[in-house]
Amino acid sequence: MSKVITKFTRNVPHWQPRLTPVDLAEATEDQLAALQVTPSNTKVSDYLLTLAHDAESLTVRSPLFNAIMYDAGGMSRAERELGALGASMVNHCIYCAAVHAMRHAQIEKSTEVTDKLFRDGAGADLDPRDRAIFDFAVALSRAPSEAGPEHLAALTAAGLDAAEMLDLVLSAALFGWANRLMHVLGDPVRQPETAT
Amino acid sequence: MTDNTVLTSVAIDAGSALEAAVKGRANILALTRAAENAVLRPRDPGPWSHALRAALAARIAGLNGAADLAARHAAEAGDFAALVHPDADGAAQGLAAVVAFMDKVAMATRDVTADDIAGLQAAGVADADIVRLAELNAFLSYQIRVIAGLRLIGKAS
Repeated sequence: MSKVITKFTRNVPHWQPRLTPVDLAEATEDQLAALQVTPSNTKVSDYLLTLAHDAESLTVRSPLFNAIMYDAGGMSRAERELGALGASMVNHCIYCAAVHAMRHAQIEKSTEVTDKLFRDGAGADLDPRDRAIFDFAVALSRAPSEAGPEHLAALTAAGLDAAEMLDLVLSAALFGWANRLMHVLGDPVRQPETAT
Repeated sequence: MTDNTVLTSVAIDAGSALEAAVKGRANILALTRAAENAVLRPRDPGPWSHALRAALAARIAGLNGAADLAARHAAEAGDFAALVHPDADGAAQGLAAVVAFMDKVAMATRDVTADDIAGLQAAGVADADIVRLAELNAFLSYQIRVIAGLRLIGKAS
């Protein structure tokens, strides 16, 4: 039996689909292409096998995800992770929050910011730049109309330029997307055996 | 539809810092447009026709207060145009379970549970078609927020 995780953690859970993923042995050519399965890469997560039910979307999703989170220039990678985390905390996507808090801590070589956010919630004591970034991500994620000129003024005061603001919009918005897949289509669980 | 919905929806001033930033992420804007086609106009739509997808997209945009984006998607809603209105519950189209699911995923994401997926399965929706609905919904959440965010940057810079 596995236990569903309901509290935020940096210890990344296993993702258990609520519906039956595509069976790799029966996958269509489009699905295999979307999954980027090759003879040397046959290991595919249940999450991607679930998304493979909609191969056309999955084909676009992966390069878009990578471009928004990892392309050079603009806002730093750690700050994009903070945008992703803000969205994931609003939408209570435990799995997404764990992955992106863990990545933030790895990039920053510090758990300080994510410890505070998970311990104290959205009102945690952050430095002014992280505060402005996180608050904007939270507001945009709650409802687009909640993000307003005051959030942009805070970002400007914290020193973000337009390219950085664009990356923040993209990373927070992307997790509005990712959360609606991860949190909706599966459960974050701890398994008794080591998940691989 | 061949133009880029995000760029068409945001009035970006020529020579502005936002224009330069968007040019620097042209690949992301192009992929965003490809993603819109994948969820709204897929080659294999399953049971969810392009018109129904457009209606659900318009409904989600409307629920988020994005009236102009709602109108843009509603223009493709065809026979399902009635579903754009937030008071329509989908019963008349035999889509009550689908409409309720889409509204909840769009507006109360954190409250979605395994029961919501089980409910769709009980209503006869196949697993692959549940994923299709979730992808449409998830993309709309992204598109609405990218447009809203770009407009805010445009006003601030």
